[in-house]
Amino acid sequence: MNYISPLATVATDLQPAVSVRGLSRRFGNGSPVLDKLNLDIAQGEFVALLGRSGSGKSTLLRALSGLDPVREGQISCPQESAVVFQESRLLPWKKVWQNVMLGKTGATRSDARKVLEEVGLGHRTDAWPLTLSGGEAQRAALARALIREPKFLMLDEPFAALDALTRLNMQDLVSSLWQRHKSAVLLVTHDVDEALLLADRAVVLEEGRIRAELPISLPHPRRHYDPAFVQLRSTLLKHLGVDE
Amino acid sequence: MSGAVQHSTASSVSRFAIPSVATFSPSRRKWLGRLPYRNFGRYLSPLLMILCWQAACSTGLLSTRLVASPVQILGTGWTLVQDGTLSTNMGVSLLRAFAGLSLALVAGISLALISGLSRLGENIVDAPLQIFRTLPVLALVPLFILWFGIGETPKILLVALGSTFPIYLNLHKGIRSIDPKLLEMTRTLRLSRSQTIRDVILPGALPDLLVGVRFAVGISWLMLVVAEQVNADSGIGHMMMDAQDFLRTDIIFVGLAIYGLLGLISDQCVRVLEHRALVWRPLHIQRTGNIG
Repeated sequence: MNYISPLATVATDLQPAVSVRGLSRRFGNGSPVLDKLNLDIAQGEFVALLGRSGSGKSTLLRALSGLDPVREGQISCPQESAVVFQESRLLPWKKVWQNVMLGKTGATRSDARKVLEEVGLGHRTDAWPLTLSGGEAQRAALARALIREPKFLMLDEPFAALDALTRLNMQDLVSSLWQRHKSAVLLVTHDVDEALLLADRAVVLEEGRIRAELPISLPHPRRHYDPAFVQLRSTLLKHLGVDE
Repeated sequence: MSGAVQHSTASSVSRFAIPSVATFSPSRRKWLGRLPYRNFGRYLSPLLMILCWQAACSTGLLSTRLVASPVQILGTGWTLVQDGTLSTNMGVSLLRAFAGLSLALVAGISLALISGLSRLGENIVDAPLQIFRTLPVLALVPLFILWFGIGETPKILLVALGSTFPIYLNLHKGIRSIDPKLLEMTRTLRLSRSQTIRDVILPGALPDLLVGVRFAVGISWLMLVVAEQVNADSGIGHMMMDAQDFLRTDIIFVGLAIYGLLGLISDQCVRVLEHRALVWRPLHIQRTGNIG
């Protein structure tokens, strides 16, 4: 691993939170969607996974979250993991706080409320999900992940369906939540700026292999106009095959 | 019956006359909001039709031997209420419908759960039900009489058989069309199978089940009409067949009106149930203005 970030150097001494070894996956007899992929995520590390459509991002995330079986290769992943999808996937027939508590035994309404307040949704504790705006629904989905106190949080393009302003707010929220909870995070995204704003390391996936890894050691909070940010942005875009 | 109509008109008029709903206490407003006659204008045209009918009978345009006038029907209805004929027969009919529908609910829901929740169950249950579904149930009347005689059993079973299918079909469809994304989500939350069924599949299929129940209620009355007219010594259908022998069109019309009213009331009951059970739906949220 060739990244140098203050956080990561501390973390490398420890067991990585997530480790993927030789993961391959193919559908039918076509070319592999994931091709002997290796990836480590240190404890408390925020990794952004970028790549074009069909590069295998979603397939990797599905394998990590246990939705797809692992046939070739190995994955080790903390038991306490949670996923936030692009759609909030709240149950419309349960109130927001009941959705947050879903499957969490021993949690009470006040626990749910506490987490909802943390994501800025305390005033909607008793709302029906279908009355929430897109941003509110994603906050509720985040709360549902957070109440499980995950050691590993997977975010599958969680802001892709939100309008630009809401997305900025949500990115701030995720950034501050991560700095408080310090769980390992894997963010799948199309958005280069989003990756640079949030992550310690950007991983570019292409045809099921890691094409590039880019450490992002800028201090938080990060600013789009920071020259170092602009520099990283053009590097990352180059890795993605976009020349500015 | 006339009391109910008057009451309904009165409340819709008063609701119409006072534009500010704030003058109602919340509970009263809720109760009114659930009733169907919020839009009084809809009832003008049926009312007009009844008036024309009455006029045609009064002027002798229509022979009252063939078509009793609305006033006559009301009068006969009142007499039948007073001498207890109506209540006895209605009680018998209601009991049959209720028993048949209850059987259908148990059978339809159990079968739909079996075939909706497991592939094996679907293979065993679904194909035969789809075959039986295409049979016109009323064509089974002669068989049912042969098998079960002319007592209560064939009537209740006929109602049950007819109304099982809509319950089964709709609930089965509801279970099968649960959003797979929600099911994926429950897997990432590590919900057990039984938790998933309880918290996701059943509530998700409830709207479809209730649609099925509404169909079933309608069909149950239909079945009952036939069952009671073919062989019965009591019930609304029997009362009507009796009246035919004496050319009492007024009694026949009373029977028709009762069947209609029972259908309407039972449909309304299911709607109220729907409203209670599906408070989370945006349609409901819009209607009651309950945002959040």
